[in-house]
Amino acid sequence: MNGAQDLGGMMGFGPIIPEPEKPVFHAEWEKRALAITLACGALEQWPGDRGRYIRETLPPIEYLTSSYYEIWTKALLKLLLAEAMITPEEWTAGKAISAAVATKRPTLSAERVAPLLAAGTPYNRTPKAPAAFKVGDKVRTIVAHPTTHTRLPRYARGKKGVITEVHDVFVFPDSLAHGKGEDPQWCYGVRFDGRELWGPDSDPHLEIVIDLFEPYLVRTA
Amino acid sequence: MTNLHDHTHDHDHDHGSELSEAALRVRALETILTQKGYIDPAALDAIIETYETKIGPRNGARVVAKAWTDPAYKARLMSDATSAIAELGYSGRQGEHMRAVENTSELHNIVVCTLCSCYPWPVLGLPPVWYKSTPYRSRAVMDPRGVLNDFGVELPATTKIRVWDSTAEMRYLVLPMRPEGTETLSEDALADLVTRDSMIGTGLPLKKGQAR
Repeated sequence: MNGAQDLGGMMGFGPIIPEPEKPVFHAEWEKRALAITLACGALEQWPGDRGRYIRETLPPIEYLTSSYYEIWTKALLKLLLAEAMITPEEWTAGKAISAAVATKRPTLSAERVAPLLAAGTPYNRTPKAPAAFKVGDKVRTIVAHPTTHTRLPRYARGKKGVITEVHDVFVFPDSLAHGKGEDPQWCYGVRFDGRELWGPDSDPHLEIVIDLFEPYLVRTA
Repeated sequence: MTNLHDHTHDHDHDHGSELSEAALRVRALETILTQKGYIDPAALDAIIETYETKIGPRNGARVVAKAWTDPAYKARLMSDATSAIAELGYSGRQGEHMRAVENTSELHNIVVCTLCSCYPWPVLGLPPVWYKSTPYRSRAVMDPRGVLNDFGVELPATTKIRVWDSTAEMRYLVLPMRPEGTETLSEDALADLVTRDSMIGTGLPLKKGQAR
């Protein structure tokens, strides 16, 4: 969806503020926000892509004025309510009232944290068809403005590029985010000249490589 | 706006009785989720400890230092980064599908996620605030030289800049150029020169003798 998360090419947000490698967190609540989000994710009631989509549905003004951990926790609350894992009454009361719903995976224990993080969640799948494109192929991205989740940024729609990487077959976020299954798709690195994306005033020595799924691409001559 | 929030909003109010709205929301979530048995506070502590003490940019620095000193390892890193990084014991969440990109005197790489906050956790840890912020995510793809200026980095105008927008499942590690005059340094000493930002592409490695 064309939400506030799709930031590439926007202006006016001011300078970037660098920071040292430590501290990792800037407030105690950020630590808990990270850990609660990961621990709830481990229950596997929703895939990560649905979590991303829900973050995108925050109203733009709210998204743009929230820190990233705030965005995470606001989206987490929406997911927990949508899944009836907590009820609006419980949220108002600030305490548990009803019993927990069944979850796909058991509550994450301290012992399971290390193996869970070490395993990760591989998103590659066995190809069902050969890749439609090879390195060097010229492509154009589609023009589409779905109201649903997509990983094709607005700044790269309807643009001409060249395939520079054939990565792998990955689960398709556009489908998985909406409960429509994994629908795995080939994913490519597509290189765009800065001037193709930003016009003649672009830095002439700039190129952008974007990881794009096959349904976003059409072949050009 | 996001920067202001992240840097100042909660510092002074995240303790005592004056909790920020964000802190209150997280506290309420933790209370209800714990009471209902969905989360175990001991697991939360283990997650936090992992990303505060075990998984961070020193991991990536060791990958870079090894690539600088071991040509065979560098070749493996460039052809199959996921496996080469796993050789050093780094793998898992948000690093399932890794790609290394090499800086040269003609080409400088920068990594961004314009759509969210995709970042190679096993080698760099959790992303810094600026990486997830609106100024960086909006400008990195359009005005990377301006972004570099914010970090105090100026490249020759003719150096090509390649920005990687990690919009899918690949996670990127920049292999910076080895600083001049470091031929005699050990791998450990070289790793000390590798900054987090140099592995994102918004910085350069330290010079020999510069303390990190």
